[in-house]
Amino acid sequence: MANMNMIQALTSAMDIMLGKDPSVILMGEDIGYFGGVFRATEGLQRKYGEHRVIDTPIAEGGIVAAAIGMSINGLRPVAEIQFADYIYPGFDQIVSELARIRYRTAGDFFAPLTIRTPCGGGIRGGQTHSQSPEGIFTHVSGIKVVMPSNPFDAKGLLITCIEDDDPVVFFEPKRLYNGPFDGDPTKPAVPWNAHPKGQVDEGYYTVPLGKADIVRTGSEVTIITYGTMVFVAAAAAAAMNLDAEIIDLRSLVPLDVDTICTSVRKTGRCVVAHEATRFSGFGAELLSIVQEECFWDLEAPIQRVTGWDTPYPHAFEWEYFPGQARVSMALKTVMEPA
Amino acid sequence: MPIKSRLHLPHVPARPGEKPDFSYVQISPAGAVPRPQVNALVKDVAHLALEMVRVLDDNADAVGAWHPHLDASELQVGLRHMLLTRIYDERMQRMQRGGKISFYIRSLGEEAVSVAQGMALSPSDMLFPGYRNQGLQIVRGIPLVNLMCQLLSNTRDMCKGRQLPVMYHSKANNLFSISGNLATQFPQAVGWAMAAAIKGEGNLAATWIGEGSTAEADFHHALLFASVYQAPVILNVVNNQWAISTFQGYAGGEQRSFAARGPGYGMAGIRVDGNDFLAVYSVTQWAAERARTGGGPTLIELVTYRGAAHSTSDDPARYRAKDDAEHWPLGDPIIRLKAHMIKIGEWSEERHEALVAELEAQVVSSWKEAVTFGTLNEGPKLDSDLMFEDVFKEMPENLQRQQALMRKERS
Repeated sequence: MANMNMIQALTSAMDIMLGKDPSVILMGEDIGYFGGVFRATEGLQRKYGEHRVIDTPIAEGGIVAAAIGMSINGLRPVAEIQFADYIYPGFDQIVSELARIRYRTAGDFFAPLTIRTPCGGGIRGGQTHSQSPEGIFTHVSGIKVVMPSNPFDAKGLLITCIEDDDPVVFFEPKRLYNGPFDGDPTKPAVPWNAHPKGQVDEGYYTVPLGKADIVRTGSEVTIITYGTMVFVAAAAAAAMNLDAEIIDLRSLVPLDVDTICTSVRKTGRCVVAHEATRFSGFGAELLSIVQEECFWDLEAPIQRVTGWDTPYPHAFEWEYFPGQARVSMALKTVMEPA
Repeated sequence: MPIKSRLHLPHVPARPGEKPDFSYVQISPAGAVPRPQVNALVKDVAHLALEMVRVLDDNADAVGAWHPHLDASELQVGLRHMLLTRIYDERMQRMQRGGKISFYIRSLGEEAVSVAQGMALSPSDMLFPGYRNQGLQIVRGIPLVNLMCQLLSNTRDMCKGRQLPVMYHSKANNLFSISGNLATQFPQAVGWAMAAAIKGEGNLAATWIGEGSTAEADFHHALLFASVYQAPVILNVVNNQWAISTFQGYAGGEQRSFAARGPGYGMAGIRVDGNDFLAVYSVTQWAAERARTGGGPTLIELVTYRGAAHSTSDDPARYRAKDDAEHWPLGDPIIRLKAHMIKIGEWSEERHEALVAELEAQVVSSWKEAVTFGTLNEGPKLDSDLMFEDVFKEMPENLQRQQALMRKERS
């Protein structure tokens, strides 16, 4: 076991897979010689060579398309899109091609491609470096969508994704790269080495897709969340002295419906929290499922905590960000007696 | 100074009711274009992108440095594949008109593109076709019954009923799936070729796109990546002059050839008479050897003419001169190869007639067999349960539930 931040854990996952499987290659903008703008591929080109860790032109559509071509020719590419906000030039290749190659060829061809991309706000990135577009991808049949919230999960999930024969979009909440974040930007940053999930096995291990993590067991309310909001939600519930059960989904597709429903049936109350915008967001899907499956167990209407339905504004980052105050309001509402 | 700027609209030579005019097509005499070494530098082969490689002249003789000197048996195979493609197309068009299949796309007049190029490549080369490359399927020996079952979405459909007609694939024969979205296969082929080079394999990728679709970003991504990584790939632009109703000038073909995009991106570009079987074969062979010997990618523009409608849902009489095809200056690929073979004593009208009759019978008997596996309206049907398979490798729980619901809904 070693202390790792989320970046180091991701690097370790890629390092292990490059070493283990000669069909694994990395590609993306600035990822080779330079090691990536967030340093996720630091040292890997030196270790595995320019033909395994490949710098690309600034053309996300080309990166995704070329990676698809490689993946149907027996490689397992891990393509980095430098920011999730830049993924849209590759969107057609992801939606119209990557997601459906297995389907349209009745399983004769498949594309084991993992697309890694940093997402989310809280780093003063403005509207072009802060987006959380995961919900757009969960709406597409045929791609898996994953978002870890800590170094341990990040490494195990990424290894699973690289080994998976289906395509995955792997979102990395970049505000969590260097430490858990409770939503209060005025507090000093907390590094991962003080957190149990910052203790990471240096070797090979996997974390399965479709298996949510119960971060905290509780009896009064279920908070379903993922990514950056895991720690914000936990801090808000703790500040209110609520015995909340906190579920970190880890993978949105496939989704662990059983863990969600078992928890809501137990607590009878539910809050859904994500950083992404509200309207047609992934939270709406979670609400629908809980309503369909657990309606008679609910004591109160399900609440949603999200970013506002605006672009992510540079100057009003913390007014936009769904911090503890917004979570607390939702918790308060859901805890009100009927 | 008065403002002189005015929006330019590309000139369409002949609309319905007008006289066909192909004076815009720059044609080099057969045999006129020199054939450089396959390892020539891009800057030294720039002329290939602007002239037109031609081998068959107006007297049906094969002339010049690009003459591939194929054996008579190869010429006969080429003619057979082109004829089979045309006869298959004609028959399937009729089946669509008769309501047996929902949609069809013919390649009338463009048969040399797929057949000559397919023959010039090795069976282990990976092909990423467009939707008008059925000749590639024929060259690779896919049984007509298999192709027809795809058109019928029947119980033997390789796509299990998930794709529009003509979107074939064959993993075993190195034919990638046709998307139905335009241009997407172009950069994928480059990625495939990059992987081949990473793995140190000798296979190359070849892909096809219409001149209209070169307007898509995917085309430019493909050229960029192919050039940056010098990928072993052949990028083919089939310039058949028309993208449904939109003339090639609207894809940027008015000011400069499509082949010239190649040198613009740093790779060889060759403009070839797409209706000249021998020239198409020869330039493809040149590009393949170049790619296999580390010379990188080649962009080939195949100048041809879409003899038929875009698809069975289209009527070209509404946007182009009715007798346009008859005035096309590069003639018909089948007639030209046939004339050459007769001239060199390797073919005759009698043999040609007999071959046509044989191929027509083959198409008819294949169709009879294909429909025994079902049509859209009658006979055995695909199990609708199959629609939930292959979304992922393992069927997730939500799809299992939906599958069960659908069964209930239909019971």
